[in-house]
Parts: sequence; C-alpha cells; structure tokens
Amino acid sequence: MATNRLLPFKDYGGCSIVGVMDQSGRLFGGDAVIRAIANMHERSNGLGGGFAAYGIYPARADQYAMHLMFDTAAAKAETEALLHERCFVHHAEEIPTRHHPNITGEPLVHRYFINIEPDADRPFMDEDDLVVELHMHINAAVQDAFVFSAGKNMGCFKGVGYPEDLGAYFRLDEYEAYTWIAHGRFPTNTTGWWGGAHPFSILDWAIVHNGEISSYGINKRYLRNFGYERTLQTDTEVIAYLFDLLIRKHELPLEVACRAMAPPFWADIERMGEDEAAQARAIRAVYGGALLNGPFAVVVGSTGRMIGFSDRTKLRPQVCARGGERLYIASEEAAIRTICPDPDIVWHPDAGEPVVGELNVGVRAR
Amino acid sequence: MAMRIDAANLHYRELNERIHEVVSARETELLLDSVLGHRYIGAGLKGGLRIEINGVPGNDLAAFMDGAEIIVNSNAQDGVANTMNDGSIVIHGDAGDILGHSMRGGTIYVAGLVGYRCGIHCKAYESKLPVIVVGTTAGDYLGEYMAGGAIVVLNRDDEPGSPVGRFCGTGMHGGVIFVRGEVDDYQLGAEVAVAEVGEADWGILEAIVADYCTNFDLGPGRLSPDEFLKLYPRSSRPYGKLYAY
Repeated sequence: MATNRLLPFKDYGGCSIVGVMDQSGRLFGGDAVIRAIANMHERSNGLGGGFAAYGIYPARADQYAMHLMFDTAAAKAETEALLHERCFVHHAEEIPTRHHPNITGEPLVHRYFINIEPDADRPFMDEDDLVVELHMHINAAVQDAFVFSAGKNMGCFKGVGYPEDLGAYFRLDEYEAYTWIAHGRFPTNTTGWWGGAHPFSILDWAIVHNGEISSYGINKRYLRNFGYERTLQTDTEVIAYLFDLLIRKHELPLEVACRAMAPPFWADIERMGEDEAAQARAIRAVYGGALLNGPFAVVVGSTGRMIGFSDRTKLRPQVCARGGERLYIASEEAAIRTICPDPDIVWHPDAGEPVVGELNVGVRAR
Repeated sequence: MAMRIDAANLHYRELNERIHEVVSARETELLLDSVLGHRYIGAGLKGGLRIEINGVPGNDLAAFMDGAEIIVNSNAQDGVANTMNDGSIVIHGDAGDILGHSMRGGTIYVAGLVGYRCGIHCKAYESKLPVIVVGTTAGDYLGEYMAGGAIVVLNRDDEPGSPVGRFCGTGMHGGVIFVRGEVDDYQLGAEVAVAEVGEADWGILEAIVADYCTNFDLGPGRLSPDEFLKLYPRSSRPYGKLYAY
C-alpha cells in the first residue's frame, strides 16, 4: 500500500513550506506557488509534495469537496457506497491529471461534492461534525481509501514526488485560488506515501509543516478524547486536528489557540503582568495536551485566513513578506523573491508568534 | 575588470563549478548577478578572490570558507559562514538564523539584524579570532556555547528595549560579546558575567567598529565605551564538574 520509493541520490535537506494569500480575495493560478516551492527543491527529496488551494470551487461553494485517494478499485467502490448511504453526492469525478515522467505509482484520486443531512437522533452534531465523523471513518475503517481533504471551496492535491512535479501532475496551473499553500517533503520518521504527504487537512483546515512533533504521543492521546483518529502515520496530522478542535469546536480566539500550542516558558510567564500571567497559566493548565513540543514551522490555511507559526525556540526557518495585497510565508526568502522580486517588506517573525493574513474587510471568502 | 556570472538559470552546483573555474583561472574579482537561493556560494574558498553578490544567496553561504572575501548587496539566508576558518563577509541587508555557527576565524559584518542562534560555538585559537558585528539586533541564543572570538551588537537604529534576545551566551566559556544597549539579567545564560567596557576592551572594540564603518562607508562614529556592556564567561569550564569523572 505505502509507496516507499528510495531514490538513488539524496541531498541533505529539510522540508520546504510556502504560503501565498491575496488578501483582496483576487484569485490567481497555481503556477506561482509551484515556482516558489521549486526554488527550494533541495529542501525535499522526492518523497512527498503537495498543495492546498482556497477559492477553487466557487460554483459549489456550499458543498464539501471531498478529495479522496484509493489504492484499489475495491476501496473506491466501498467508499462510494458509503458516501451514497450517508451523504447527498452532488457531483463526482476523477481529479484531472497530466502524465508526468517523475510521478509513478499514483493511486486513483477522485473528488466528491457532498452535503450531509442533519441526524435527528444526534441534534448536537452539526454538518461539520458529521463530515469530520465521515472523514475519520473512511481513514480508519475503509481499507486503502484516504481522505486528502473535505472542506468547502478548497482542496488538497498531494502525493509522492517533488512538489513542482506533483503541481504539474495535478494541473494546478488550471485552478485559481486566493490562498495557496505548498510543501516539499523530506521524510525523516515515516515512509513517503501518497496519504502521508502534506498538506494534512480536516474540514477547511490544511497544514504544511517543516519539523517534527516530539509531543506527538501526548497530542494524539489528547485528541482521541475528542474523536480524532490519526491514521496517516505522520505527526503533522495532529496539528490539523488541534486547530480544528481549539478554534472550531472550542471557539478559542486564534491567538489563544496558538498560545496553547506554543505557550510561553514558565520563566517568561513569571515576568508578565498579573492578568496576562493568569491567562497564560490557565491556558497551559487546561490545554497541556495541546502543547506542541519539538521543532516546527507551519503554514495553516483555512477559509479566508492564512497563518504562519513556528515553535517557541525557532528551530525551523520562517520568513514573511508583503507585496501589494499579498502575504507570503516561506522557509527561505529566495522562494518568496522568486515570485515577488521586490516585496514591500520582508521580516523574520519571532518564535511562537503567529503571523496572520485575513481577507480584507468586506471581502467574502466565497 | 571583474568576471561576471549570471546565475539566473544555473543550479547551485553549476554555479559553484563556474566559481571554481574562476578560482582556477586565478581571477581576483567576481560579480554574481541574479542569485536567488543558490547554496554554498564561497564554500571552502581560500584567499585571493573577492565575490560580490547581487540577489539573495542561499543557505550555507561561505561555509568552511578559508580566506575569500564576500560582499552581499541584499539580505542573506540561514547558515552564513558555517564553520568559516578565515576571510571576510559583508552583508548590506539582514541575515537569517545560525550565522557564524562554529566559526573559527575571519570577520562577518552585517548592516541590519541577524536571526536566532548567531555565533553559537564560535571559537578562537592563537591568531585565529572570529569577529561578528551585527548592525541592529540579534535573536535569541546569541553566542550560545561560545568558546572564543568577539560578537558586537551595535543597535544602530536605537531600538527601544534590548537589542539581543533571551538565552544570550548560554553555556558561554570563552570570547566576549559587546552589546550597545540594555541587557536584562533574565536574558542571559547562567554562565555569563556582565561588566562595563574598560580601557583595554575599548581599544579592541573601537578597532572593530572602525573597520565595520569603513566597510559600510560610514563616517567615524561618535560611540563611547559607556554605551556598551561587555558579556563574558564566568568560567572557562562551566561543565567541568558535570562531565569530569
């Protein structure tokens, strides 16, 4: 099932991440983010790459776009039976691809535009909850089927290969989005396989990550209490589920959620004013299970918002820039300058401090 | 007349091979245009060549460099001068994280700021004395495990607060850090002592700053020793008791 393709030649690397958001909501093609991630080719080793795009399905913006991969025709048949049983499927199609010499061992990748009727027996579950439940169920219970993404007006495209090759394979130059995030993978702890490529996604959250989560065991046990099952063999998965839990379910403000995941050191809390210190202590006490330890830099996409975020001791690189209406976040400045040669401002955000881009006031995400 | 290479369509390996050809031809001046993330420029190069870079060079610029001279007309990325042995680097913009990591000799002058973990574990031996001068501010872990050499943070923009971050000099057991501006105790590693800049120190510092100013075409500064703090190790062997058995 897992594609474990070892390449004969490897450069030493480290994952690459890029995010580009047009805060005016203007849509732009995938070629730009492909060029940016390709500039950092040496940071990945051909064992994974992927993209998330926001705003790509405006005609079906009220439907959940479920991107699914199947390793077998049987997995596809079983999943489709499940979808027709639980959902209203508005439209289904194979995701168009273009032959690429460097992309091999590709699974079937299809997309389904769905809605789910409320469950009269479980009125506390809204449609988002039902989609999450379905997403988890497919990943955990359907052999050889995995959900790439299942959000509204967005989608993830990913696989085994270099990101620029996968971008061409998935014909991303033919899509238009207001936010693109991208990842080049250099797997260190788990095998390179299609489902294990970044982004990791749940509902409209999509995460690309450079680093590793040393607290993975604690985080996964914490998330299991809330019904999140991890099935993709990769630590990054927990970050996606934590964003969903803290922000969608617990309705924490973004800054508070980020503080839960990358809290200040106790020594720093000691020096804070009384109110701030009390809040920081409370977050650490209540959300200890959500603390992410270890080196990380991530870009997080969601509807109308893009977030850059690193660990509190800055063990992975992150550079930001603004040029016109666009916010750029990347592992290296050269990647940004590949597509924005003369940015208005370039800066290195402080460790643990989120950088947030949102659509301008009055601009609707869909 | 300087040799010129346009890096626009070159992979970093091709670019570095071209640079090595220039070295073999005993050229002394090289101008690189359209550099954009090309790695390892100047890696291991001995003296005799001056390389001027237009565009943002990639990671590990001047790694293991051994005498060459590099001028960067924009920002630099992470890992500048990794384990550099000799030579000089002048950066007219900002630099990223881990600049001067394990540096053993030579000079790095940065016009703007540097990121996290700069000058960690740089070291000195006899005539080898690495010098890093940061124009504005430095991130956390500056000079962590520093074993020798000198780091100067000039705070040229007079930023409010301290121009250095936290964990400054943690594990320091050699060398010296001069900071123009405030440093609070909580920012310092337990191994760091703080003093005013004395006459002998000022002699060293003044010479370093004068050379920095020459490289950036700045007029003679009007700095005085009382604007600086000197950070130095309390012990040359802080972990002796921990590891000796």
